[in-house]
Amino acid sequence: MADRKVRVLIAKPGLDGHDRGAKVVARGLRDAGMEVIYTGLHQTPEMIAQAALQEDVDIVGLSMLSGAHMSIVPRVLAELKECGLQDVSLFIGGIIPDDDIPRLQKMGVRGIYGPGSPLDQIVAHIRREVGDD
Amino acid sequence: MSAVRGERYDSSGLAEVVTQALDGNRRAIARLITVVEQGGQAARDVLARVYPRTGRAHLIGVTGAPGSGKSTLVNEMAKAYRRQGLEVGIVAVDPTSPFSGGAILGDRIRMRDVATDPHIFIRSMATRGSLGGLARATADAARVLDAAGYPVILIETVGAGQSEVEIAQFAHTTVVLQVPASGDEIQAIKAGILEVADIIVVNKADLPGADNAAAALEAMLDLNSVPTRLHHGRHLTAQPPAGDGDSTAQHWRPPVLKTSALRGTGVPELIDAIQAHREHQQRSGFSRLKERERVEGELREIMSRALLGELLHHLSAAELEHAVTRIVAREQDPYTAAHVLMAQARLPQDKKESTEYR
Repeated sequence: MADRKVRVLIAKPGLDGHDRGAKVVARGLRDAGMEVIYTGLHQTPEMIAQAALQEDVDIVGLSMLSGAHMSIVPRVLAELKECGLQDVSLFIGGIIPDDDIPRLQKMGVRGIYGPGSPLDQIVAHIRREVGDD
Repeated sequence: MSAVRGERYDSSGLAEVVTQALDGNRRAIARLITVVEQGGQAARDVLARVYPRTGRAHLIGVTGAPGSGKSTLVNEMAKAYRRQGLEVGIVAVDPTSPFSGGAILGDRIRMRDVATDPHIFIRSMATRGSLGGLARATADAARVLDAAGYPVILIETVGAGQSEVEIAQFAHTTVVLQVPASGDEIQAIKAGILEVADIIVVNKADLPGADNAAAALEAMLDLNSVPTRLHHGRHLTAQPPAGDGDSTAQHWRPPVLKTSALRGTGVPELIDAIQAHREHQQRSGFSRLKERERVEGELREIMSRALLGELLHHLSAAELEHAVTRIVAREQDPYTAAHVLMAQARLPQDKKESTEYR
């Protein structure tokens, strides 16, 4: 019997050290029956792409509270592409000003979840993205 | 993106991915591990193609209680093997929640030093319902890495504690981690984790009590130092071939080492001990005996899983439900019920129908 599980990478790029949000999301996804690979803090774009590749994840979530999203997100997307992972969906969470949202979406970010986003929404987003709904 | 994982490949597509993985393509290796983890026909196809190329890697199990420092030590061990110029595969297992079926796989957090080394491949796995410290497909994931040419494969078990014996059956060398102040000598002579150790490591040796812990473990090992043909507490059924005239070659006494994964101390000694164990096993003929035992155990397990699947296939949901209801109502005990169900499932289809008509 085939045993399928959605695999999600949750990573914290950059220098901010606040990972409560990332842990809450990781826990919520676990409770939704997903396998969550959690990388911990201070990940470089290269580390994130390598983890996504080795773990063969369906989707990557970045948690960013530092305000560096406009410079980090394009680098993560470029690294993913470099690894041949352009079909892996990317979503982000954290403090993202409204003005930046359209630009991030244009870069290829498929979902943006700020503080207070219900976990159900994130779970539903992931299921939609990976075709598991 | 299309359907989730698994329906991605037809048979010829899979063959192509296998070829790429055997050439060392990391994306292909990652995908093959996903396929073998999912099980089913695709997994069997992959393993059939991969298996002839396996058997070259040294499989090293690392086990110990949660928080004993397994991931951190694996990170240090991987760095040490890289200094020897060897490529390293790592399979790290964490538990699946029995309630949701989900899992948080956090072993990479402690492996950041080696996260971007192109000669190290790290894969996290969830147990997906297996007990005993490994996932059902851990061995198969290690086989993919073996076939892809990784000469050293480190397998980190779930930190369950006293009953992780599966790893000893699969790994060539099993390293058991203890930490200072983690219990008295009686803990150490209880059946279980120490019996599976080829090498015992007192990790976190920077903490007070490490010397005491190491001494206590040594004392317990001395109680057990009668040379027998015990292997992990089991009498081997076959005689080992005569060694090269060295009678002590028959018996391996697990060394007790102290490491501080945090500071990186004691790791070169651990790597040497692992190599010494490997050479001892090959010289004494144990590695061949153990391989046969492992293969037999695996065969039995595969057959019992397949047999269960087949039995269940021949039973209707209603038959199963009915049996459960009767057991809950105390009308029948579970052993009798299982016996009856198995007899029903084994009836050939035509017999079943004719008895119904009668």
